[in-house]
Amino acid sequence: MEKIEYTDEGQFFSGHVACAGCVEALSMRVILNTLGKDTVGVVAPSCSAVILGGHPMSAAKIPVLHGTLESAAASASGVKRALKAQGRDDTTVLCLAGDGGTYDIGLQALSSAAERNEDILYVCFDNEGYMNTGGQKSSSTPRNAATGSTPFGKTTRKKNLIEILAAHRIPYIATVSPSHLNDMAAKIAKAQTIEGTKVVIVLIPCLPGWGVADNDAVATARLGVESGVFPLFEIEDGVRYTMTKSDKSDAINGYLKKQKRYRHLTEADRADLQAEVDETWSRLLAQAETTV
Amino acid sequence: MNAPAFADDMQLLNGNHAVAWGVRLAGPDVAPLYPITPQTPILEKLIEFQSSGAFQAELLTPESEHSAMAAAIAASATGARVFTATSSQGLLLMHELLHFASGARTPIVMFNVNRTPASPWGFWPDQIDSLSQRDTGWVQLYSENPQDSLDSVIQAFRIAEATNLPVMINHDAFYVSHSVEPVSLPSPEAVTDFLPRQARDIQLGDGSGRSLGAPIDQASWNRTRRDLDEAMKTVEQFAIDASQVWEKQTGRASAPLEFYRYHDAEIVFVTMGSMCGTAREAIDRLRTSGIKAGLLKVRLFRPLPNEALRDALRGAQHAIVLDRNYSPGTGGVLHQELRSVLFGTQDPPRLHGYLAGVGGLSVPEERLEALATEVRDTVPAANSLWLE
Ligand SMILES: Cc1ncc(C[n+]2csc(CCOP(=O)(O)OP(=O)(O)O)c2C)c(N)n1
Ligand code: SF4
Ligand SMILES: [Mg+2]
Repeated sequence: MEKIEYTDEGQFFSGHVACAGCVEALSMRVILNTLGKDTVGVVAPSCSAVILGGHPMSAAKIPVLHGTLESAAASASGVKRALKAQGRDDTTVLCLAGDGGTYDIGLQALSSAAERNEDILYVCFDNEGYMNTGGQKSSSTPRNAATGSTPFGKTTRKKNLIEILAAHRIPYIATVSPSHLNDMAAKIAKAQTIEGTKVVIVLIPCLPGWGVADNDAVATARLGVESGVFPLFEIEDGVRYTMTKSDKSDAINGYLKKQKRYRHLTEADRADLQAEVDETWSRLLAQAETTV
Repeated sequence: MNAPAFADDMQLLNGNHAVAWGVRLAGPDVAPLYPITPQTPILEKLIEFQSSGAFQAELLTPESEHSAMAAAIAASATGARVFTATSSQGLLLMHELLHFASGARTPIVMFNVNRTPASPWGFWPDQIDSLSQRDTGWVQLYSENPQDSLDSVIQAFRIAEATNLPVMINHDAFYVSHSVEPVSLPSPEAVTDFLPRQARDIQLGDGSGRSLGAPIDQASWNRTRRDLDEAMKTVEQFAIDASQVWEKQTGRASAPLEFYRYHDAEIVFVTMGSMCGTAREAIDRLRTSGIKAGLLKVRLFRPLPNEALRDALRGAQHAIVLDRNYSPGTGGVLHQELRSVLFGTQDPPRLHGYLAGVGGLSVPEERLEALATEVRDTVPAANSLWLE
């Protein structure tokens, strides 16, 4: 078990309205404290906006602009450029959005910000569905997962957003998990020092959305990482891949069993998912190995 | 408007380039821009100014007008002065964010070139694109010619920053956007005097840690709309003040309502944008044949100067509303608005609504001249009529 070594600078307050046991709130706490107070946030409608919360209260010490669902990256670009024009180029501009706001409706704005290499840190809380609206599928929902709009399981695979982003050759992309908080803090700190568009994707096992027990989100995230369903890695300039963990356990069964959204799976479905994970994992390893 | 003599401070500019000059002089900090015919010359001119070092704004060229407006709102929320420009499809794509901008009280100035919305595709002057955005909380001004457009841009920043409301200025595709006229350029000093930089009450990242736009309860949301209403009520006076100060500096007034040969007019044309020019010609002809005609130009459409319109229309016998727009199921938008303005007043003029030049059709002054005579013996129809 690792000791979590980060200093809480009081950038994230208790009393917020996340579901009890939500690891998105935990991740937000680590991210906000790592970035520190010279940060301005933009948040898209999503659980993170709800967690940051109701006016006039805010769970964040930094100021946050609550923007529209599809334009988080554009709004963050606007904040960054305006601060620059006013001589405040050092301020970090943090963009928070869910997977719906990133993989789906906000992809156009994100792609454009990435193409312009806007100097923003974009964090996507990937809970693999539209949880704020009650748990419908997004293009980040994995194959076979049941959601409100895919009651018998989604028939298509999860969109590989990371490869799409890598194709933009932005300076930094990373995946992080609330089961590995030191790694999360380190990657966020690293991203903050890099100029240009940085995207960090956070795995968020969602308690009601995935059917995970209230005390089990961290363990579920850990199994996701260890089984290779959600590999931890970094991509620099779209081409240099570095695996944070370059081994994985064979079985995704333990991960699947924690989640009610997969309880209808047959043996064959599980095998299909396992094959998909294995294939993605070996492609990733190969990419990391060719990186010099 | 008399043709201005060609003085030293004048350049031959089309409407869009006059806008770009106005923007250059107003000096926004950030300008997100996306091209669309017939707005593109505004974008091109601003980029040309920037390349030559004469214009220092942070230019953003995102993938859509939707993102352009999102960036404009966010930039404005930090206290920056922000400009953007669009037309038709672009304005309509922004719709969600137009409500957002006024709700967030961001004093953005946007220039919209009025153009027919698809389908079918067309690139012609028609004001339904901006008129259909009348409920989004933007101040709306309609300009008649390139000089009016330049003056309006500069005045718009002053009105926006005084009220914390976004301002949209409109001029007609091609008739104004691409027509070249002599335009008088104010000096940079005059514009700086006219537009002093002021810190706003709430600015994102002002050190207070305040967030903007977070979810609120019903009563607080209701409060925001009452605040918006209060702010809207102050716009007309700020626009009058802006016009008066501008007139002192430049000799040119551009008030919320403008009049031409109006004081004794019995038959008045009421319209917006480039149609005013045609109406002026028609009025001159009518006056020559002894008919007392005049023009009421509505320059400020949102908020509509209700009382001033009532006062202005009190003495007229016939008011002919010329709408270069068509709201399906309603008719002409200005006609509809004026009906509500006049409803319940004593002895209102007979209000004749005409859909004139919808889709960019040319409306000859002779047609308006004939119309003025036709309406004298006509009981106005309840609905707007297509001008044949
Ligand atoms: C244009 C628009 N369409 C729909 C919505 C409704 N809406 C709010 S949040 C949301 C889903 C967000 O999903 P995601 O980004 O994954 O965030 P999560 O709730 O899962 O944290 C939707 C559809 C909206 N706010 N704006
Ligand atoms: S719905 Fe899921 S992601 Fe949202 S607050 Fe609850 S547990 Fe967290
Ligand atoms: Mg989600």
